[in-house]
Amino acid sequence: SNVSLCVQSEPASLPAVDISTKTNGPKQDSLFDEDTEDLFAEATEEVSLDSPERDVLLSEGPSPAITPITPPISVITPRIGHAHDDMFTHSSFDEIEEEEGGDSFDIHISVSDPEKVGESWNNLERSGTSMSLFRQKDFSVKRRFSDFLGLHSKLASKYLHIGYIVPPAPEKSIVGMTKVKVGKEDQSSNEFVEKRRSALERYLMRTVKHPILLKDPDVLQFLESSELPRAVNTQALSSAGILRMVNKAADAVNKMTIKMNESDAWFEEKQQHFENLDAQLRKLHASVESLVCHRKELSVNTAQFAKSAAMLGNSEDHTALSRALSQLAEVEEKIDQLHQDQANADFYLFSELLGDYVRLITAVKGVFDQRMKTWQKWQDSQMLLQKKREAEAKLQFANKPDKLQQTKDEIKELEGKVQQGERDFEQISKTIRKEVSRFERERVKDFKMIIVKYLESLVQTQQQLIKYWEAFLPEAKAIS
Amino acid sequence: MMEEVKGASSFLSVQVHNIKVTEVLQDGDSLTFIIVSQKMSGTGEFHVDRTYEDFEWLQQHLFSQEDVPGIQGVIFPPLPARLQVNASSKTLRHLGFLGLGEWQPYCKALETFLRQVAAHSILSKNRAVEIFLTSSDPPGRQKVKKNIFNRLSQAVEEMRKEGHKDVDDFFQTKRDHNFLLTGYTKMAAEKFLDVVLTEQKIAVACGHFSTALHLCMEQGENPEKQDFSQVCVKLSEVFNSIKKSMTSTAMNDMNTLGLGLDLETRYQEAEKEMLFRRTCKLVELQNATKNAEKAKPVKKAVMEEAKKATETEFRQICEVAKKEIIQLESKHVETLQQALVQWCEKQLLTAKESAEVYSQHLQTFKRMQ
Repeated sequence: SNVSLCVQSEPASLPAVDISTKTNGPKQDSLFDEDTEDLFAEATEEVSLDSPERDVLLSEGPSPAITPITPPISVITPRIGHAHDDMFTHSSFDEIEEEEGGDSFDIHISVSDPEKVGESWNNLERSGTSMSLFRQKDFSVKRRFSDFLGLHSKLASKYLHIGYIVPPAPEKSIVGMTKVKVGKEDQSSNEFVEKRRSALERYLMRTVKHPILLKDPDVLQFLESSELPRAVNTQALSSAGILRMVNKAADAVNKMTIKMNESDAWFEEKQQHFENLDAQLRKLHASVESLVCHRKELSVNTAQFAKSAAMLGNSEDHTALSRALSQLAEVEEKIDQLHQDQANADFYLFSELLGDYVRLITAVKGVFDQRMKTWQKWQDSQMLLQKKREAEAKLQFANKPDKLQQTKDEIKELEGKVQQGERDFEQISKTIRKEVSRFERERVKDFKMIIVKYLESLVQTQQQLIKYWEAFLPEAKAIS
Repeated sequence: MMEEVKGASSFLSVQVHNIKVTEVLQDGDSLTFIIVSQKMSGTGEFHVDRTYEDFEWLQQHLFSQEDVPGIQGVIFPPLPARLQVNASSKTLRHLGFLGLGEWQPYCKALETFLRQVAAHSILSKNRAVEIFLTSSDPPGRQKVKKNIFNRLSQAVEEMRKEGHKDVDDFFQTKRDHNFLLTGYTKMAAEKFLDVVLTEQKIAVACGHFSTALHLCMEQGENPEKQDFSQVCVKLSEVFNSIKKSMTSTAMNDMNTLGLGLDLETRYQEAEKEMLFRRTCKLVELQNATKNAEKAKPVKKAVMEEAKKATETEFRQICEVAKKEIIQLESKHVETLQQALVQWCEKQLLTAKESAEVYSQHLQTFKRMQ
């Protein structure tokens, strides 16, 4: 479905985005004036062939022309001979975050109902922002559902393995991961349309709220470009695909021969914490789903009672009583509407919030696993280096100068890899700490905001009820 | 259901309008109801304890007053069905609203029954009523002989009589109207019961959610964790409030409109039974008339006598019935009005209280930002 994104911002004097196939994003000058380094200029390195991410994300189909689905990049690309491999050292990202102060977060995105364009449905997105990151103040674009999945896939492939909690893709089937039986969803039903629309909106907002993701060229392009090439093979791009990737990492962790010696108690504690939180949130989600179910039932029952009251009123001889009963029927119909509104509030506010967080926690657990993988990689390099050193020692006494030299060269390379591995590990650990802290802050904000909305709806419902009862009371009293 | 004499009945030594079923005591599977009535002389109270069998005893006595002219034309105040202790929800369902709550609706219904009986100018004359309300000993538990006053007979023959065309427009209209009204009232009561049961389910679900939230409190000193714990605790309180509000709403529904619809339904049934009895008597009369006409001279006199007797009975029944019907109609309007007014007032109060509580929660959360 096409989604229109409208992003409002100051007209900035940024030249048109130039994206070449070589880069993972626009060139330095165009978008990152304030940065001294272009983060992505040289992100075209091949991924090591044993990276499982590649299998999952890249196995199907060609990449779109404009923004290639690049292989997941290492944080730091090992290139022999380069003295300054520190393109993506932690300092670069620190700089980005320091920049946040200059341009305060101000962006509003709304996703409208879908419209059919040819064979597929498109949502209209309207975005409003004053951030200088964008070319315009207000703009809107049309996007298909597969475009969203495509965006998520790109972000996941770029950021998950370096420790960033990438917001999970909007679910293709909106049952979520909590295995609640909702029944077969009618894709054209109003309810399904609204659920999806709301999910797309929340997904985008969550993505742009992330200071790093907001500045990602794929995100900006998604929000601003009038045309996006069609993303293919949405099955690979769906959150199920990402889930597979995450699961593979988890499997890898389980198969680790050397148990990771967690010297950092923080990580151990946090992992346990997220396990607990996951269980609690699922329970809460199930609880709310049950509540939503009952509310809908109440709406149905109220409507039926209203009908029966109307029939009773019609068959009543006594005029005033008959009128009162008819009015009772009307009041009950109005109350039915209130119940429906309340059921929607229960669902769209709480149920979806909890569902989102259950899905988010899966992403969180994923980055923890990625960290373990990074550690594993580092350990593997170290072991390999150790072996090579032993081999070198042996070759010292054999008369094979060529082989010795080759081994020495390999050792040099491996030393670089070991250093890199250690840096990667430290980087991802640092990133995760920041991300978790951010997650916890956002969580509080999210919940508070939703709760305030919910309470406002509760108050409003009661005030409506008061109006209805106050109107009915004189009718009841006037019966005789 | 003759004139409800407020407070006084010349046949009873108790005041009628404030008979109360104050308590129900449980002993294993049996229930005992405590009934308190004020002495007419104003010098004190009667406290008696009665079981459901005692109520049935009373009802049987009222039914079996064959010597009272036109007794079959009386619309008997309906006695609620037996309440079973430890019954499954399925068996409780037949009691409708009376099966809800902690037996309070049921006690209220018994109370209403006693007040209606005591206020009835024909029925209150029966000694059984006085004994029931005042005797410290349990009233006799002997079985009273059966009569036709119980549930409409299921025999097909009897059912056919129900549709028997009437000779009197007034009664034909009443029968037709009663038929409609009984169906609609029963339906409305059932649908309203569904509403109340769902409200109770929502209250329970809110309680669960509230408890689950409370378990989300996290240990830890970092401010974000404390913040989130705060949020969970406060939200837990919100849902506790929602639970209370819903529970209140359901109670209001039960105790006012619910009871009212329930009483209406049972009274419609009682009227239906009375009308049926009259119709049966009509059929009997028409048969007796036919027999008298067709009788051979030898039997003619006897047949004529029988016909005359039946005629008198029928006339008496019609007289009583007419008065009863008119009385019931005004009572019916009164019952529903009272139920609707009370219901509306209570729900209005609950809505105002809930709005206040939710507003306070809202302020708390806004201040937390």
